[in-house]
Amino acid sequence: MMIITCPWCGPRNETEFHYGGEAGVAYPADPGVLSDEEWGRFLFVRSNPKGVLHERWSHNAGCRRWFSVHRDTVTHEVGPAR
Amino acid sequence: MSWVPEQPDRVWRSAEPKRRYQVVIVGGGGHGLATAYYLARNHGITDVAVLERGWLAGGNMARNTTIIRSNYLWEASAGIYEHALKLWESLEAELGYPILFSQRGVLNLAHSPQEVRDGMRRVQANLLAGVDAQWLDPMEVAEVCPIVNVSPQLRYPVLGATYQPRGGIAKHDYVAWGFARAASDLGVDIIEHCEVTGFDRRDGRVIGVRTTRGEIGAQTVALSAAGHTSVLADMVGLRVPLQSHALQALVSDLLLPVHPTVVMSNAVHVYVSQAHKGELVMGAGIDAHNSYSQRGAVHVIERQLAAAVELFPVFARAHVLRTWGGIVDVSPDASPIVGLTGIEGLMINCGWGTGGFKATPGIGWCYAHTIAHGQPHPLNAPFTLDRFTTGALVDEHGAAAVAH
Amino acid sequence: MSQPFRHPDRGRVDRTRPLTFRFGDRTMTGFAGDTLASALLANGVHEVARSVNLGRPRGIVTAGVEEPSAVVQIEAPFPEPMLTATTVEVYDGLVAHPLRGQGWLAPEPDSARYDAVWAHCEVLVVGAGAAGIAAAADAAASTGDRVILVDERPPRPSEVPAGVRLLTRTTVVGYYDDNFLVAVQRRTNHLGAAAPLEQARERLWRIRAGRVVLATGAHERLIPFPDNDRPGIMLAGAALAYLRDYGVLVGRRALVYTNNDTAYRVADELRGAGVDVVVADTRADAPAADLPGARLSGVLGDRRVTGVRVAGRQLDVDAVLVTGGFSPVLHLYSQAGGRLRYDDGLGALLPDGCRQRVEVVGAAAGVGLPRCGPPPMPEPSDADGRTFVDLQRDVTIAEVRRATGAGLRSVEHVKRYTTAGTAHDQGKTSGLLTSATVAAALGSSAAEVGVTTFRPPYVPVSFATLAGRDRDDLFDAARLTPIHDWHLARGAPFENVGQWKRAWYYPRDGEDMAAAVTRECRAARTGVAMMDASTLGKIDVQGPDAGEFLDRLYTNVMSTLAIGAVRYGVMCRLDGMVFDDGTVARLTADRFLVTTTTGNAAAVLDWMEEWLQTEWPHLRVWCTSVTEQWATVALVGPGARGVLARVAPDLAVDVESFPFMRWRDATVAGLPARVFRISFSGELAYEINVATWHGYALWQALMTAGADAGITPYGTETMHVLRAEKGYPIVGQDTDGTVTPDDLGLGWAIRKSTKDFVGRRSLSRPDTARSDRKHLVGLLPDDPTLLLVEGAHIVGHTPLGPPPVPYLGHVTSSYPSVALGRTFALALVTSGRQRIGERLYATVNGTLIPVEVTSHVLYDPEGARRDG
Repeated sequence: MMIITCPWCGPRNETEFHYGGEAGVAYPADPGVLSDEEWGRFLFVRSNPKGVLHERWSHNAGCRRWFSVHRDTVTHEVGPAR
Repeated sequence: MSWVPEQPDRVWRSAEPKRRYQVVIVGGGGHGLATAYYLARNHGITDVAVLERGWLAGGNMARNTTIIRSNYLWEASAGIYEHALKLWESLEAELGYPILFSQRGVLNLAHSPQEVRDGMRRVQANLLAGVDAQWLDPMEVAEVCPIVNVSPQLRYPVLGATYQPRGGIAKHDYVAWGFARAASDLGVDIIEHCEVTGFDRRDGRVIGVRTTRGEIGAQTVALSAAGHTSVLADMVGLRVPLQSHALQALVSDLLLPVHPTVVMSNAVHVYVSQAHKGELVMGAGIDAHNSYSQRGAVHVIERQLAAAVELFPVFARAHVLRTWGGIVDVSPDASPIVGLTGIEGLMINCGWGTGGFKATPGIGWCYAHTIAHGQPHPLNAPFTLDRFTTGALVDEHGAAAVAH
Repeated sequence: MSQPFRHPDRGRVDRTRPLTFRFGDRTMTGFAGDTLASALLANGVHEVARSVNLGRPRGIVTAGVEEPSAVVQIEAPFPEPMLTATTVEVYDGLVAHPLRGQGWLAPEPDSARYDAVWAHCEVLVVGAGAAGIAAAADAAASTGDRVILVDERPPRPSEVPAGVRLLTRTTVVGYYDDNFLVAVQRRTNHLGAAAPLEQARERLWRIRAGRVVLATGAHERLIPFPDNDRPGIMLAGAALAYLRDYGVLVGRRALVYTNNDTAYRVADELRGAGVDVVVADTRADAPAADLPGARLSGVLGDRRVTGVRVAGRQLDVDAVLVTGGFSPVLHLYSQAGGRLRYDDGLGALLPDGCRQRVEVVGAAAGVGLPRCGPPPMPEPSDADGRTFVDLQRDVTIAEVRRATGAGLRSVEHVKRYTTAGTAHDQGKTSGLLTSATVAAALGSSAAEVGVTTFRPPYVPVSFATLAGRDRDDLFDAARLTPIHDWHLARGAPFENVGQWKRAWYYPRDGEDMAAAVTRECRAARTGVAMMDASTLGKIDVQGPDAGEFLDRLYTNVMSTLAIGAVRYGVMCRLDGMVFDDGTVARLTADRFLVTTTTGNAAAVLDWMEEWLQTEWPHLRVWCTSVTEQWATVALVGPGARGVLARVAPDLAVDVESFPFMRWRDATVAGLPARVFRISFSGELAYEINVATWHGYALWQALMTAGADAGITPYGTETMHVLRAEKGYPIVGQDTDGTVTPDDLGLGWAIRKSTKDFVGRRSLSRPDTARSDRKHLVGLLPDDPTLLLVEGAHIVGHTPLGPPPVPYLGHVTSSYPSVALGRTFALALVTSGRQRIGERLYATVNGTLIPVEVTSHVLYDPEGARRDG
């Protein structure tokens, strides 16, 4: 049971949060100009590092805000929220 | 009293790495070992090394709940899983190794009218695909497995189940060791504690691997590393649509026979069988976040046991002896990714998520074919990386039986 | 004589409270404070189990949770399998039975209660031995710190430092991320049948600690020798514990067999209690030993030790007390992510650093443990098959050597080959012995061989304890509409839709489901009917950019919607597959009310928030779930207008004043209401929304107002039939995550402009742009009375031929229709729209049923009925 620190509500149990996968993957400005391959990569390919991952969480059972953290996928240690 | 059979006096031969091989398989789990075996047996390719970074078959092969079935929804999936099941049925004799394969049947319970429709749909699809499948009403469920609570008073009552009588379980470690010994006997080198740290490339082509035990050249490098596939793929700049998650499992103390079959439920999320020695073996959903930790959170276990006691009130005072986690590589459509990578000399087999063990002999057979011919076997042809570009996914979220 | 091995005055048992219990076929007595093991030993009973594989008699080896041997079945007051006699507290009426490695479960349901609580503290101390009490006292000295001290034993008359919360009979079983620990408290087990039913038998403690002090002690180790599993052979420390805590002598004449100095204290104290003791020390340099440099080479007696062969002579003894050194208990430390290092001096693992805030004190850190190295391994001999490493799993030195001989090198492989360390005790006393045996066989060292991973739980935990209260009605919350009680009183069966309970149909006397649904459908098509639609998801979307926002999420345009108007909308996921559908009503210029399917309400709100917050934070839009704020009743059928007019006299209900796909504020049955003219049946229909707390009143008012028109309540099944007759898909039934809007015949709902919406790009990928995708079509069986099974598959040919048989699709919905006078179905069929008029076959369990492909809209395709 990790503790994740919501930037609005403070440290809470992981069960209050919804996981959102890798952070910083922006929706393309104009999907129409992307090739099928580029679009497929946007749809399905996300980083999957063994180590620190910049990832998104939503404080679903609290303030319902999305935010991102850096978390180690081996130790589960969570860095500061952004 | 059922007890494990006498173990063989001889397992595989531990090898020292040679300078180069025709085929280097990265990952000494069930899939890697089966692939090596069928490369040698079916294609006469014996200049093969299986590299394992830890102890052999110590990853998901040692951590899964050993369920075997082939009743997936789509034709493509039924094709490869049913091929696997047919191989399972003769595998003990094939390998000359006692693998405790037991076709005790698998029930997938339905708890809502929609799950009934989905289950019936899967039964009909399975029958057309040549997979044994039946639809059971709650009373028939109780006949197959008398300890399932079929009371209509349940919060999510059992409304029926799909049943695959040929499904069952096998002893995971013995399967791996059986493949390892058989492959080793055919000349395959099995090399433990040999971690791949990089790839050697020439003109874009992969020509070998760097390892903690030196450089090893290869005509073909075949990845078979489950949850660690992304780590390896990142080393060659190959982007694969995988996310690694912890999937937990647990065992109980040894009990006199009480559970005659395998029961899986999505809505009341748990799957459970009773192994030969008498322990209940149980699993449920993955931990939500990416993880390479081989351990999960206890709230997932608590929820799983609530589901277990709800469906099997008789389990109330069984005890959890041990919980653990594996690292499952989950693909966007809950189906595997097998075949060419776009990089010459590099093949991939991953994305099995929670379905890897049951596919072991089938994927070993087909991946060996793919490696030997440089072309996908027809049964793994639908599972290319390319489908994530075209959109021709093989969506098995419903039949995967684990909430991804 | 009763309790012949009870010392007259030693121990802490309460001799004023004798207790009667039964073990096997013997009835015996013990005292309050006894464990089953101490009571049995007091009665001279050592043989308490049989081994799982070989069936050898087995005794009591320890005095605690690490017990590898004395595993029993509790039979009364309630059956519980595989408990260690060393941890079961004796109570009046206890019935236990020896086991042979496998227990059994009670067929009757467990009536005991279980619960779980949370606790938070600055300092958690695990283990109330001397080191733990000292650590707790230190911690409590810090002003304001909350300190919890947990101990697995029953309460003892020891000093609890002031300000410390003590939990006894409580075992910490798991150590997880961020100093989250889980403990099990045994609250009423020791009371037997007298346990109050309303009190939780066991309680799960979920503890979040600022820092953790592990004072978990050390487990003594066995020394391997032939027949070292005979009843009467136990750990030396256990013999001492039985004397000190329970006043029990484990024998009259004991051999103490040791490789370390702790044996002499044990010997002295036992001698003081009247036991004849001979000390055999494996070390040559052991001046205090009776037999220095000794090897125990044999044990006499089958079901109880009667003698030993040691140092070349034979001794008559009735107990062999072994100490092979001590292993710090570091299970929790290891679970926490702590590293372990092998210490040659102790022959054991010690803590070596952890990323979590945890410290290890006392014996668990090696403090005060004897320097002795690993237990001496016997030379290979033909007795190896009787020299046990793991008693519970019947693993001998011979078996371990067979594993290494077969080619296995890793201790993890040896564990799996032999099953050593996999029993209820998870190798607490045997783990290092296994490693040492492997090391000896390979000519390696225990440090190199290592041990297998420590995993939770530290001790076995019953399923029910982990399930806690999440059982029966509390397994999952049930969501009920404000009209639920009415449905219940009317005898409606309920359908689970997500967490909601929805009325399925309303059978009248003697009606089955089919008859009830037929009657309900007929009422909706020819008279007036009503249903509770309160479970529909409702989201209030507000803000100056709300229209733009909805345009991005729906496939059709919402920003052009007039105030007062309603539009049907479809949402796709990014992959272009249908995610949800519903209606969008414009309430004001910057406010919309969105409805979702019942099951997807939360997912749609999450979806909206995700896009708003992570991609389009510049859009000024706010989304609020109002699902539970509104009760909704659908009033349906040609007679609906008349009924509405009666309860809403101020509302102009004629077609011109209140046309289709419009909404109006109104007073309905005296209640403030919002009325939508939308229809999920094709009939004239109104969806009347009132505040939730008025829902029941609205329902009753409509029932009254419609009484003379024969108003008929209907449930979800009738709703499904009515919508299917009109070809309206249900997301999740007629879709499965692989279906595009166009596949469903909803191409008209995809905007013509090139403006992007979520999922749009995916629709032009090669596979999604195919013209031969599966389409939603209608199917009419040739036999109009034959009802297709939902899930039946569609093939184009007969006979089927051998598998694999290619198929064209499957039946998603199938009903008898009173309006059509026949059965019909909806199906997803490859190139379905190009096949209209074709003959295909539905197959169920190998039988083939001829069907004709039709449009998915089978009833009133021209839409003539919606205005009544």
